Amino acid sequence: MTDIFSDVEPMVFKSRINVPYAWWTGETAERFFLALRDDKKIMGTRCPVCEKVFVPPRKVCPLCFHEKMAWVEVSSEGVLESFTIVKRQLAALTRKAPVIFGLIKLDGADTSILHYIENPGHEDIKIGTRVAAKFNEERSGSMQDIACFRPIS
Amino acid sequence: MDKAAVIGVGITKIEANKIKETFADMVWEAVNKALSDAKMTIDDIDNVITTSNDFWDGRTISCMAVGDASGARHKNVSCVEGDGTFGAFYGLARVLSGSYGTTLVTAHSKGSESVSSLITNAAFDPIYDRALGMDMVSACALQARAYMHRTGTTPEQMAMVSVKNHGNAKYNPLSQLPMDITVQDVLESEMISDPLHKLDCSPVSDGCCAVIIANGKRTSRYGGVPVWIKGVAFCADSYFIGDREISKAVALTKAAKNAFSMAQITDPLSEIDVAEVYDAFTYQELMWIEAMGLSEGGKAGINLEKGHYDIKGRLPVNPSGGLLSGHPVIAGGLIRIAEIVKQLRGEAGGYQVAGARTGVAHGVNGLCGQSHCVWVLTAS
Ligand SMILES: [Zn+2]
Repeated sequence: MTDIFSDVEPMVFKSRINVPYAWWTGETAERFFLALRDDKKIMGTRCPVCEKVFVPPRKVCPLCFHEKMAWVEVSSEGVLESFTIVKRQLAALTRKAPVIFGLIKLDGADTSILHYIENPGHEDIKIGTRVAAKFNEERSGSMQDIACFRPIS
Repeated sequence: MDKAAVIGVGITKIEANKIKETFADMVWEAVNKALSDAKMTIDDIDNVITTSNDFWDGRTISCMAVGDASGARHKNVSCVEGDGTFGAFYGLARVLSGSYGTTLVTAHSKGSESVSSLITNAAFDPIYDRALGMDMVSACALQARAYMHRTGTTPEQMAMVSVKNHGNAKYNPLSQLPMDITVQDVLESEMISDPLHKLDCSPVSDGCCAVIIANGKRTSRYGGVPVWIKGVAFCADSYFIGDREISKAVALTKAAKNAFSMAQITDPLSEIDVAEVYDAFTYQELMWIEAMGLSEGGKAGINLEKGHYDIKGRLPVNPSGGLLSGHPVIAGGLIRIAEIVKQLRGEAGGYQVAGARTGVAHGVNGLCGQSHCVWVLTAS
């Protein structure tokens, strides 16, 4: 049988899905974002049963399935649990490569958050390096109110 | 568990860009291969499970769009969004319920038609994490570094997974990337997201797999060779990556323990003859083997260096070439099941593991291995 595609460009149909979404943050994330925006404070919730502190805050403890979570402030400093330096300009990146992403466990929290790591002093960063949040001067109530985390020298 | 078996499997060739086949064309091909393997016709299929992902397919209710190609018209067809092993789990439950004698399970995706970085970015929580711009590769790079830190696994050991699997793929005519490469080639390939080089990552692929599962008398009615399902389990970890112990796969350890216990396997390391695991990245093969109890804690890299996971090693892992040699998302885990079925029937050709009687297949869904499905299969 002859290959009907051998001499021709394959026919493709170009398209895209473009659907706007407006996610209601929910009362738990709202309180977290307002504390970031207005007070530069990072808030978590503590489960009264397992006593673990979750950041970002949870309305219900994912471990105990318990609802009566208490609000607590955690530190804006913590420890780098892991990190990666993205070197290729992957399509999902919203800034120019290289970009460092870190998994940061804040002091007082039992879970970690994902965020940008910036290393202006070119320090030797590794798992276990202590980092601190750098807040943006202009804040609008989102995770981006924290510009990044930087190594504490 | 009541008696149930995989009685037919079909895999399309895995390719970077299947310009000649639509989703449905791939499904049609895999389904017909599975029917012919089982010596059945579509009329012998009692119900159908399709497995797909709307983002990868670029359409909502994507599972229903391949119903016709699966011969599901006027049949009970249901769908799973996730890895094919999870679709097969559902298909198995349906025959074990007694309501159906046979289930046809399909899983497909065409990575070539969209942008995987944007699709996997959408798996992150939109309120907290998504705007950071992470994707599957950058998230798994974080996990790779944490795994290396905990176990002392080296970049060279990770590279050896890539060398082994691309080398195994030379014997698998369906694989996308059979290659003779060296550890040096892997370490010198582009650093995409440190510590993951290009050759630490599986490629973007198109492909489909179909599997037929039967219960009771239907397992031996048609003349195909049944491979028995002895134990199956799945388990999920927390959604947020930061909630998990990222250097370990706790959910996989639980799933494997349950699957082995169901199969009455007490010493997996000596009783499992061959494993096909979800090696989307080099470190994952090592991490999953360890989590399943198929390697002493933290020693998988050292065992690999000793050749234990080669086709002729103590426990051959991914003799087919694995996902590093071709990774159609969604179909990835179902292909692992189909490959173990081929091994246990002695039909794996150039990558046949000598004397394989009991095998384990593994599928993953979610970022950094959030959920895992483990299948223990034995030869007739
Ligand atoms: Zn709790």
